[in-house]
Amino acid sequence: MATWQPDPSFYPSPRMAAKAPKETLAYVAAFDPDRRKPDAIAVVDVDPKSPSYSQIVGKVDMPNAGDELHHFGWNACSSCLCPNAPHPHMERRYLVVPGLRSSRLHIIDTKPDPRNPEIVRVIEPEEIAEKAGYSRLHTIHCGPEGIYVNALGNAEGKAPGGIFLLDSGSFDVLGQWEMDRGPQQLAYDFWWHLGHDTMVTSEWGTPDTFENGLVPEILLGSKYGRRLHFWDLHKRKHLQEIDFGEEHQLVFELRPAHDPTKAYGFVGCVISLKDLSASIWTWYRDGDKWAVKKVIEIPAEPADPDLLPPVLKGFNAVAPLVTDIDLSMDDRFLYVSCWGTGDMIQYDVSDPFNPKEAGRVRIGGIVSRASHPKANNGALNGGPQMVEISRDGKRVYFTNSLYGAIDPQFYSDGIDGWMVKLDVGENGGIKFDEDFFVDWPKGHRPHQVRLEGGDCSSDSYCYP
Amino acid sequence: MISISPWLVLAGLGAFHGLNPAMGWLFAVALGLHRESRRTALLALIPIALGHMVSIGVVAMAVLTLGLVADQRSLETAAGMVLIGWAIFHATSGHNHRVRIGMKTGMMGLGVWSFLMATAHGAGLMLVPVLIPLCLSGSPASDLTAAGSLPIALSAIGVHMGAMLAVILVVTVCVYEWAGLSFLRRGWINFDLIWIAALTITGIVLIV
Repeated sequence: MATWQPDPSFYPSPRMAAKAPKETLAYVAAFDPDRRKPDAIAVVDVDPKSPSYSQIVGKVDMPNAGDELHHFGWNACSSCLCPNAPHPHMERRYLVVPGLRSSRLHIIDTKPDPRNPEIVRVIEPEEIAEKAGYSRLHTIHCGPEGIYVNALGNAEGKAPGGIFLLDSGSFDVLGQWEMDRGPQQLAYDFWWHLGHDTMVTSEWGTPDTFENGLVPEILLGSKYGRRLHFWDLHKRKHLQEIDFGEEHQLVFELRPAHDPTKAYGFVGCVISLKDLSASIWTWYRDGDKWAVKKVIEIPAEPADPDLLPPVLKGFNAVAPLVTDIDLSMDDRFLYVSCWGTGDMIQYDVSDPFNPKEAGRVRIGGIVSRASHPKANNGALNGGPQMVEISRDGKRVYFTNSLYGAIDPQFYSDGIDGWMVKLDVGENGGIKFDEDFFVDWPKGHRPHQVRLEGGDCSSDSYCYP
Repeated sequence: MISISPWLVLAGLGAFHGLNPAMGWLFAVALGLHRESRRTALLALIPIALGHMVSIGVVAMAVLTLGLVADQRSLETAAGMVLIGWAIFHATSGHNHRVRIGMKTGMMGLGVWSFLMATAHGAGLMLVPVLIPLCLSGSPASDLTAAGSLPIALSAIGVHMGAMLAVILVVTVCVYEWAGLSFLRRGWINFDLIWIAALTITGIVLIV
């Protein structure tokens, strides 16, 4: 229903959004890796003044088992204020929650009781396959033409993966987004530069190459994704492909600058086949084309093979495995999750071509098993993974699971879920909030975090 | 019944259309901010005004043409029904437009965008109740004729456009130079609701 004024959580510019009030709740996707009981969206109290701080205070179970909840997003966000496609009188109210494995889409209403959200609509995979031709739903973004959902497979679970649109009011599936996909086949993440009419997409692989875990032959053969694709956001047409080369595998999370006038962004590459290092690349506008430059390389750490899982034993080293990154609202700090080594690294990226390390913490890790002051268990498993930053940039939250079928390939004894929080110094520097540690209830593992009112990967802006 | 000069109504509607951020001044401000150029913000108002004018003009010409073949009463009834239908369309699927023009647009694209926005919002239709009697009064026989009504219709469009352009110019300058955009967070009231109400009321007035 249309409102009289814009939703108070919509901000014209990232500068204004950075002044938003502190979040008090976080929504966290939690899944059962055994696919026996339903996955859930958990509600975590992140208000330090609350007696239930750092506790799960509510949750909503999915109607089925085996969805593998992964990423999710809001129905509406600050892009509703864009001048070319304004629809500002909407509410940021519904979480759009796909199952990565089931391809089922859940619409969850957080308004009646933010601590006890409820499912108001479920769109079955058959409907999505029929109307959009896609499956294995991944990233959600609210944008100029409604809600954009990307999918890693087509209706048959093969290539090409791509993007489809949902009506932002009714949540009806509107259909495939692409009008000309050019050479693009693989999909993983997508986002855009609203100020440059450009969409960017990245690559993982087809569902048969990851749903039972990573396939070593495909990885070593450089057959997983290694490209970025640039699109005309409004003509929905593929414009350019950039291949990172045979050495680089798994080009994942895309973080364009929040300032819509800036034409650059960051993407993480999970692993180099040459030396197991991970890397961060900056894409940028170079004349009338897009270009990329590797700006950070995080080396593998030598390790005792007895402590390594079978996939890494032969290498005598633990790979950093950068699986998620996130950019603060002021485009100043980039957070990089090293799921293998257990590091969360903060880089000052004020100069996007010369990042400087500004802070680092370690928790979990394949070899290090670093602990947290509030953890009972002295040796945590899993490592920093899905990371989310508060709009004011002062708090950083992250969880430790990557993907049900891949978790045991790197953490042989399984993963016990946790969620932690960092406090950020005025000019960089990060440290654990010693009072915040969510020892995730057994049977579920936590994945993406979304913050009440929006966060640093939920909204896009049309004004500088 | 209080009678307001139809010219004043046309100007008032021009001001109302101009105030609506969805009708263009906000796009002009955004382009100015993106290109760090006051000149761009101001120049952008020209294609925005022209696109709006063409959209209004199409409706006005349609009314004139239909007026040549239909009598005033049936014209009013038909126009009223179209307005109410448009209001319903706008209320149910107004948010659901294909977005063709983005922030990199040139002046031509901006004109097309403005035409599409004005047309989709039924901006021209809102003027129909004023246009019909105004054009009628132009001919002594109290009947629509092309020769007598055309100059009046063109003046009507001109008055509407003049008022709209004046308003978007003032708003653009104020927002770009001083106010900034933060007021949008609370101040961007739902013009669409007013718009739907205006279309519906105008439609009813025409039919009754």
